[in-house]
Amino acid sequence: MTVQKTERPPSGPTEVQTPEGGPRPSAPLKEPRRLAGLTPYLLLAPAIVATLLLLGWPLVNNGILSFQNLNMRQFILHLTEWNGFDNYKDVLTGEDFWRVTGRSVVFTAVNVVLIMVLGTLVGLLLARLGRKMRTFLLLGLVLTWAMPVVAASTVYQWLFAQRFGVVNWVLAKIGFESMADHDWLATQYSTFFVVLLLIVWMSIPFVAINLYAATTTIPKELYEAAALDGAGAIKQFTQVTLPYLKPFLYATTFLEIIWVFKAFVQVFTINEGGPDRLTEILPVYAYIEGMGNQHFGMGAAIALLTIVILLAITSFYLRIVLKQEEDEL
Amino acid sequence: MKRSLMGRLWPNLVAVVIFVFCVFPVYWMFATAFKPTGDIIAEDPVWFPTDATLEHFKTAIDADHFWTMVGNSVIVTVLAVVFSLIIGVTAAFALARMRFKGRRGFIIGFMLAQMAPWEVMVIAIYIIVRDADMLNSLIPLTLFYMVMILPFTLLTLRGFVAAVPKELEESAMVDGCTRMQAFRRVILPLLAPGLMSTSLFGFITAWNEFPLALVLNKEAEAKTLPIWLSSFQTAFGDDWGATMAAASLFAIPILILFVFLQRRAVAGLTDGAVKG
Repeated sequence: MTVQKTERPPSGPTEVQTPEGGPRPSAPLKEPRRLAGLTPYLLLAPAIVATLLLLGWPLVNNGILSFQNLNMRQFILHLTEWNGFDNYKDVLTGEDFWRVTGRSVVFTAVNVVLIMVLGTLVGLLLARLGRKMRTFLLLGLVLTWAMPVVAASTVYQWLFAQRFGVVNWVLAKIGFESMADHDWLATQYSTFFVVLLLIVWMSIPFVAINLYAATTTIPKELYEAAALDGAGAIKQFTQVTLPYLKPFLYATTFLEIIWVFKAFVQVFTINEGGPDRLTEILPVYAYIEGMGNQHFGMGAAIALLTIVILLAITSFYLRIVLKQEEDEL
Repeated sequence: MKRSLMGRLWPNLVAVVIFVFCVFPVYWMFATAFKPTGDIIAEDPVWFPTDATLEHFKTAIDADHFWTMVGNSVIVTVLAVVFSLIIGVTAAFALARMRFKGRRGFIIGFMLAQMAPWEVMVIAIYIIVRDADMLNSLIPLTLFYMVMILPFTLLTLRGFVAAVPKELEESAMVDGCTRMQAFRRVILPLLAPGLMSTSLFGFITAWNEFPLALVLNKEAEAKTLPIWLSSFQTAFGDDWGATMAAASLFAIPILILFVFLQRRAVAGLTDGAVKG
């Protein structure tokens, strides 16, 4: 069920679209013709107005703010001081921005690769299991999936707590005695490790469950044909399973890239981008510069650059999606 | 023989390991919440709370403004979901069933809106809300959450509307219904599963939303539960029992919703989510 739709990520079932070119159903004839022509726009109006107002305006406003010198003083006195491209010049010539950008890209890449590989493996495992075991594992995955992110990050802090944290206890027991009082949030890499584990843990269920659903739609005949051609298990996987799942894997990877790149909450709630701002990824950096240090204009410039980078990373896939959608309509 | 037994065994073993990896943090949250403090700070972890206590839940609930924040979260979440369903379903109907100029553009527009980088727009939103003099109010949060979940609601419901056979609607119209009446009496009831899964998704998004609530509503009376939970932890420091009780209280509504609506809802959820 799921997958026929995920094959073509952006759209609903195509077979029941509007009657292109066909005669309209009889109902509109009862209404004055002009009003009938307006009906779809009237139905769409609330959604469009709300989106333009509450999503479009902040976007535009972000652009406007990014050309202003807006710090604590100007903020309190409601002053508007334009400073042209100064914010961008400062951001782009400073070291911090590029360091954070590099970190964000690596962070996203590592997370997404892990999520996709592990999620796919778990999904394929689900397909191999017997019914009872599968239900059991699905239950576990769903429980993880349902964990709210702030609650989950609180739990991870407890798991990795310096004192009485169960992770340190286990590590000490299995021989790493120096880990008994380890402070995971004291260094950049170990903090990132905790964040990474949290994100991967939370993301695997989505990929695994969807991938499992996708495998259930692969026609058995494909395997039979491959077997007739003498393909072994590995060949069947690379020549039947993988190509069949490709569109799905693309779509999921794309979603995970977006989600991980914007993983503000996980990074912020675990350690607020610390220690020493060393785990700030772009959205956190924009927030801390803009809200925390009250360089609102500067923060807005970073935010805009973040959006541009996100668009650049995803543009490849966006093009495919938009093109597909056009083909289908 | 032996090998085929192993062959059947290992996937099950791996499955058990993965299950434990998935569930342990959730289990540890609840287990800690029920353990007496002595067990929490024991030299060796107490794996199962034998003398369970509700003391930590009491600490969490007795914390200042707890019920106010529960109320805030419920109000904001429910209103955002209801509003987005109302304006989403009408728009979905137009997009799925009517033919008009610009339809494709609207669909693509909403698809782009679904990817909106809300996490990086907090500064701009903060300034807008401040200038409107509406910081520490539930109204902006409700409105922003509504728009946050609207594209998903609308695009998913569009798929559900399109899946309803056109003939049903047409025969109702032959029987004298107007198009809107046909929609209300024939299609809307058939959309129940779609409405359920989209509202579940909306509920989760709004219930969990953190960055906007963090910057917009700083006063205790206007905070929502995610903010309460993160600040609770700072306030209660090393009191992991109380902190885990607070996390449990926050997570329980979502866990219950998921378990009850799992089969139908998860299918709809993944469907829509994968649609990007």
